[in-house]
Amino acid sequence: MSKKDTGLLVLILVVAAGVYLRNPLFLSPNNISNTANLIGLFGLFSIAQGFVIITGGIDLSSGSMIALLGVLFVDLVGNKGVPWPIALVIVLILGILLGLAHALLITRLKMPPFVVTLCGLLIYRGVARGYTGDATAGFPFGSTYPGLDFFTARVYGVPTSLLLLVVVAVIAWVVLHRSVFGRYLFAVGKNEEAARFSGIRTNLVIGAAYVICAALTALSAVFFAMYTRSVSPSSQANFYELYAIAAAVLGGFSLRGGEGSIIGVVLGAILLQILQNLVNLLGIPSSLNFAVMGTVILIGVLVDQQLGVYRAHRRLVEAARETAD
Amino acid sequence: MTLSQSATGAPAPAAPAPAAAEPFLRLSGVRKSYPGVLALDGLDLEIRPGEVIGLVGENGAGKSTLMKILGGVTTPDSGTIEVDGVPYAALTVGGSLRAGIAFVHQELNLFDNLDVAANVFIGREPRHFGVLNLVDTARQRAAVLPLLEQLGANFSPDTPVSKLSLAQQQLVEIAKALSQDARLVILDEPTSSLPIAETEKLLAVIDRLRARGIAVIFVSHRLGEIERACDRVVVLRDGRLVGKLAKDEISHDRLVKLMIGRELKVIYAPPKADRGAVALAARDIRTAAYPHHAVSLDLHGGEILGLAGLVGSGRTELARAFFGIDPIYGGTLVSNGKPIRIAGARDAVEHGIFLVPEDRKGTGILLDLSVAENISLPNLTAYAVAALVSAERERGQAEQSRSQLAIKVPTVDTRTGSLSGGNQQKVVLAKWLAMAPRVIIFDEPTRGIDIGAKSEIYRLMRALADSGVAVLMISSDMEEVIGVSDRIAVMHEGGISGMLERDQFSEENVLLLAVGKPVGSGRNVQ
Repeated sequence: MSKKDTGLLVLILVVAAGVYLRNPLFLSPNNISNTANLIGLFGLFSIAQGFVIITGGIDLSSGSMIALLGVLFVDLVGNKGVPWPIALVIVLILGILLGLAHALLITRLKMPPFVVTLCGLLIYRGVARGYTGDATAGFPFGSTYPGLDFFTARVYGVPTSLLLLVVVAVIAWVVLHRSVFGRYLFAVGKNEEAARFSGIRTNLVIGAAYVICAALTALSAVFFAMYTRSVSPSSQANFYELYAIAAAVLGGFSLRGGEGSIIGVVLGAILLQILQNLVNLLGIPSSLNFAVMGTVILIGVLVDQQLGVYRAHRRLVEAARETAD
Repeated sequence: MTLSQSATGAPAPAAPAPAAAEPFLRLSGVRKSYPGVLALDGLDLEIRPGEVIGLVGENGAGKSTLMKILGGVTTPDSGTIEVDGVPYAALTVGGSLRAGIAFVHQELNLFDNLDVAANVFIGREPRHFGVLNLVDTARQRAAVLPLLEQLGANFSPDTPVSKLSLAQQQLVEIAKALSQDARLVILDEPTSSLPIAETEKLLAVIDRLRARGIAVIFVSHRLGEIERACDRVVVLRDGRLVGKLAKDEISHDRLVKLMIGRELKVIYAPPKADRGAVALAARDIRTAAYPHHAVSLDLHGGEILGLAGLVGSGRTELARAFFGIDPIYGGTLVSNGKPIRIAGARDAVEHGIFLVPEDRKGTGILLDLSVAENISLPNLTAYAVAALVSAERERGQAEQSRSQLAIKVPTVDTRTGSLSGGNQQKVVLAKWLAMAPRVIIFDEPTRGIDIGAKSEIYRLMRALADSGVAVLMISSDMEEVIGVSDRIAVMHEGGISGMLERDQFSEENVLLLAVGKPVGSGRNVQ
């Protein structure tokens, strides 16, 4: 674990301890289980975002994609009678296709990632609303689907979403920090030109990041759809792309690319959910939710950066003193 | 070395200002240490108005520290700096500027979205209309015009800087210095990225500055230019002034000897064997820069083929096309007798065609990766077990490269950005040497590299050629082209204007071909 990650972990523990002291309900089994579920849900697409940010890109379409694919999943299973495993596969394939479209526009047609995914944000949200005529997509009353409660189940109180996050995080960690592809992601993010001059197929690497991002986002779309049970296309997962970007930034990702860690982005997602929980448990008006989150992110990033400046300064002072003797 | 198209209306070199003139600047006993390094060790130096002083020394000799002190960026530990007879313990940035000390850095500080006049007056724009505070562009332009004339510039004050060549941009920087009433202009490696003809013009500009009584410190690694431009030369080594040469004492050999502190016997080694079969042949290759001109070239195994020509003659574009960075717009590449298709750098790498690019920091290496990570990058799968990178294998190769190329680095895990230029270049080379090269293209391989590291790079290039590799070397450094190459191909406006064999090598022949004129004894290809 890097210094940055450790610092973030300490911040999480401090915030958690503070919340617990003010309201012991924080550590009640129910609250822990609920927060863990939300961490699983948000962590999943935050990791997805991390793959894109590491290349120096961004995916602003996550929230809208979660809404669109969620609407489709519920509609396919609830109204079209498609068995849910097949619906899941359809949704994942659609997600991958959207990711491929992003990849193609960004790498082959040289469009800026911000523009491509901003348009994705608008288009997917609009299509989701148009698809249902702005109505909420839900399951028919009293219907049951054997096995579908997997997405919302708890194994000994541990939500499956959190279990999935752990599995995905471990795989993502190995891929990003140990594999050849992960090294290419870092190299491309740091300096795409130099990576190209080293014979790396940079378009392929960057494109793959967008596909991975969209595929993981599609997976979390199903989890979110099952979490909310009914999907209201205009409000489902609104602003969630910003949660993912915030988690990545808190976790030490550089928006210029080439820096970041999986542990960091997971810790970032955890902190954001604890802050949400804090707002609820401490009786802060929920309208202030975003203000609290924004303030903590600002302070967190500021402190981290200033610590870096201070450490660099200390190193120079040390070096100067050693040689002066 | 004279060149008809160069030096637009250059005046004859003016005589140095009378020796009686009081020094403009006098440094005595200037000392500066950094953690672990004594950068300047009691330096004494005098500069008179109208004097052109060459400042030479290897990287790390203390040149940059001296410049930082003169610019007021760094404070010396001890010693005095006298400007116009007034002693100071240290200069401030503002004080240095007010005293009339101006810098033209290697990397120019111009805004290429603004025009020439706006750049000259950036931060000091003449204003009018009181509170409206609008930039008085007419006054700005009128003030810049005579400065450009004095410098012999052939562009107008309202030319956008993006339209100017590198040499013209340097003139803008010098004009900026003059507009601030500079009395000492410090040129930091101004010619390292200039084509030969442009270098001539710059040397003429130095003469003009001298004629106006402005002192010049000329920092360069190119000793030929130092010889021609300077009234005297000071040589720094390890923070000390190790030699002062008057105009008639300046010679290449003496400078080299003083700089490195020993006799540099052979920089250029001759080839061991005759050249082998054609490793890479270009057949009517056309690049984006010159789609109307086709280039045909045979590159043999075991030879170093120099590729000379003015900057902008299409050499770098040709190298980029060979390496698959830029698309090829016609013609074929033939590798080992078979036509090959190169659609990207990966294809070139797989054919054993490697490029050591011109822009080392931007494209040659990843500054933020470690030495080991840079070396393994182009062939990473070879260092992986089941798609996971083995740090052990990476380090093994890196250690091997480190001793093979004598890369000076604390450990192979060191960040490559913290190495000197010469060692960075060795890392670029190491990543290709680890992959059995067939063809290596060097684009300006020793730009900004000190003379000791230069000879090492030349030695490595020769060793590569002797082992049967085909080496193509693009260079604007005349000494280098003539010293290192076995044959020289010269480019002019996108085509090969001539090919010189060893017995035809001369600066004059290369220059003639570079400007598109035939060579008397040369064998012309086209």
